[in-house]
Amino acid sequence: MRFLLVEDNVDLGQSVQKRLAMDGHAVDWAQDLHSAQDHLGVASYDLILLDIMLPDGDGRDFLAGHRRAQRDTPVIVMTARSAVSDRVALLDIGADDYITKPFDFAELEARCRAVLRRRGGAAQTRQAFADVIFDPLSATLTIDGDTRELRNRELRLFEILVAAPGRIHSKAQLCDRLFSFAETVTDNAIEVYVGRLRKKLVGSRARIETVRGVGYRLTDG
Amino acid sequence: MRLALPPPRSIRRRLILQLLVVAALLAMLLYFSIRSVARDAVETTQDSVLGAATTAIAEQLRGSVDGVEIDILYSAFSMLGSISEDRVFYRIIVADQTVTGYEDLPVPTETAPLLTPIYYTRNFRDTQVRIAAVIRAILVGRTSVRVQVLVAQTRQGQEAIVATMANRGAALGLGFFAVAALLSLLTANTALRPLNYIAGAVGRRGPQDLRPVTQEAPSEMVPLITSLNGFIARLRGALSRTETFITEAAHHIRTPLATVRAQAEIALRQTEDADTRQTLHRMIRAIEDSSRSASQLLDHATVVYRTDQRANERFDLGDLLRGVVRSLDPTADLKDLILATSLPDDALTIEGDRLLIESALRNLIDNAIKYSPADNRIGISLIRANESAMITITDDGRGIGSLATGDLVGRFKRGGNVADVVGSGLGLTIVDEVATAHGGTLDLQNREGGGTCVRFSLPLL
Repeated sequence: MRFLLVEDNVDLGQSVQKRLAMDGHAVDWAQDLHSAQDHLGVASYDLILLDIMLPDGDGRDFLAGHRRAQRDTPVIVMTARSAVSDRVALLDIGADDYITKPFDFAELEARCRAVLRRRGGAAQTRQAFADVIFDPLSATLTIDGDTRELRNRELRLFEILVAAPGRIHSKAQLCDRLFSFAETVTDNAIEVYVGRLRKKLVGSRARIETVRGVGYRLTDG
Repeated sequence: MRLALPPPRSIRRRLILQLLVVAALLAMLLYFSIRSVARDAVETTQDSVLGAATTAIAEQLRGSVDGVEIDILYSAFSMLGSISEDRVFYRIIVADQTVTGYEDLPVPTETAPLLTPIYYTRNFRDTQVRIAAVIRAILVGRTSVRVQVLVAQTRQGQEAIVATMANRGAALGLGFFAVAALLSLLTANTALRPLNYIAGAVGRRGPQDLRPVTQEAPSEMVPLITSLNGFIARLRGALSRTETFITEAAHHIRTPLATVRAQAEIALRQTEDADTRQTLHRMIRAIEDSSRSASQLLDHATVVYRTDQRANERFDLGDLLRGVVRSLDPTADLKDLILATSLPDDALTIEGDRLLIESALRNLIDNAIKYSPADNRIGISLIRANESAMITITDDGRGIGSLATGDLVGRFKRGGNVADVVGSGLGLTIVDEVATAHGGTLDLQNREGGGTCVRFSLPLL
C-alpha cells in the first residue's frame, strides 16, 4: 500500500516510515500540513495517516478541508488523546478510523485493510505467486478459479511469506507478527496456522516448506 | 462535599425589620406630639379662662378709707364651669393676709407686673391644680395696699380631653404603622426582585453554560454581576487550561511512547537473539500497559466529569452498539475472533449520555476480546427485557473465577486469573459507573462450560 504519513515528530515519523517499509509499504512522509498538501497535489495514495497536533495547524482542520474538497483518499487519524468525546468527534469530521498512540502495527494494518475494504478497495493490491492469486483486501486465495477465504491470521501469515518468497522466516519472527504482544504464546503456536494455510493451498504449486530447526519458507513447485 | 455555611442572613428580613423600626419610631413620635400639642392647647384654653376669671375678680376689688371691699364676682366662676366640671378654689391676700378663700392655696414663686396673670401648676389637696395669680395695688386711704388674687382649678377635665386626643393619636400612629409595614414589605420585595431574577437565571443554566451574565440589572447590582462574570471567566480559563494541559501532556507522553514502541518492533524484526527478543517483548508489553492505563484513567476522569454533567440525549442503543462493534472488528479479527452480533429489528430508544454508554460498551467488548482465546466467537446480543434494554456479551475465555461482580468493579481491582493479560483494572469500574449513572445494572457470571457472560442493562425510555 502507498501511505502518506503526516507527523511532525521526527523520531516517530522515521520509525513509522521504516516499520511500514519493512512490510513492503511505500511511505511518503510530510512533517507539516503544507507539505502534506504538496504531496497530495502530485501523487495519489491508498491511505493518509494523519497526526492532529502539527506545527502549522490542526490536523482536524486539514481533515475537514480534505473532505470539503471532495477528495476521497481514506484518512486514519493517529491521535495522542483517547478521551471518548475526542474519538467520536474525529469520526464526525470525516476520519475513516483512528488509532491511539502508541499503536500496534498489526492493528494499524488491520484497520487500514478494514477501511479500504469498506471503501470498495483498490484492485491493484492483488498479488500473484505461482498459480495463486492473493487478494489481501478481500482475504482470498484463488487457485484455478477456485476462491478460498482466509481467516485473518492465515491472511497475515501468507502476506508475510509471499512478500519474500524463498526466504526463511523463523517461528519467533512469525509469532511476533501474528500474535499480539499482550498474548503469551509459545513459538509452536505458529504450527497451527501453517497447517491451516497449507490446507487452503492444496491443489496449487505454492508450498510452505518446513526448514527443520529454522522456520518456514514459501516455494513455487 | 458540602461546606458548613453559617446560617444565611436574609437581606429581605433585615430590610423589612429596619423599615418597621423606622415606622414604629415615627408612629410613636406622632403619638407623643399629638399628646403634647393637645396638652398645650387644653392648658392654654384653661389658662386664658382662669386668667380672665382672676383678672375679673381682681378688678372688682375696691379700695375704701379703712380697707378693701371684696365683692366676689360669681359670674367669673361660672366662666370656669363652662370648660369642665372641675372644682374651683380661690384665695385673696391683702397685704400678706388671706382675707377670704383657701389659706393654703400656694402662691407663685415669681412676681409679675400688676394685673398680669401668671400661671403655674401645683399639688393641692391630693390633686393637681392649675393656678392663675394676679396682683393689684389698691389705695386704702393714702396707702397703696398689695392685693393678690389666686384662682385654681383641678385638671381632671383637661386630662380627659388630653387622654381622648392622645387615644386618637395612638390610633392614628397604629394605622400609620400598619400602612408603613405593608409598604415596607412591598418595597423589600420590589427591591429584591432583580436579585431573585438574576439568581434564577444563573441557577437555571446548564452545567456547561459558562457564558457571562447579561441580564439587565439595577446599577446597585452591577458590581456583583461584574465580579460574578469575572469569576465565570476565570473558571472557564481554568477549565480550558486543564483541558489543554491534559491534551498536551497526553501528546508529549504518547508520541515518544509510540516512537519507542515502533523502534522496539523494528529491532524485534532484526534480531534472532532469544534474550534480546525477550527484552523487547517485555518493553512492548510495558508500553502497552502504560498507554492502556493512561487511556483508562483519562476515560475514567471523563466518565466522572460527564456523570455530573448529565448531557442527556435520546438515541437507539442498537445503532450505538453496531458502531462500537464495527470499530472493534479489526481488533477482534487480529485474533480470528468473530463478533457475532444479534440486534432487534426495531429501535430500542434510551435516554442518556451517548459517549458514556459508548465507552462502557467499548470496554465490555474490549475485555471479551482480550480474554478470549484465538479462533473463537464472542456473542453480542441486544434484547428488550421488560422495561429495559439488555446487552449480553458472552465469550469462551477464562471466566471470572470465584469472584462476584462487586469484586471486579472496584477501582484497580482485577480478577485473580488475569496476571498475564495487560489491563488497568479500571475498565469494569467505568462500565459500572456508567450503568449506575443511567439507572442500569451490570452483572458478570461464569458460563457453564467456561467463559464469561456479561449482562449490561439500561432502562428503556
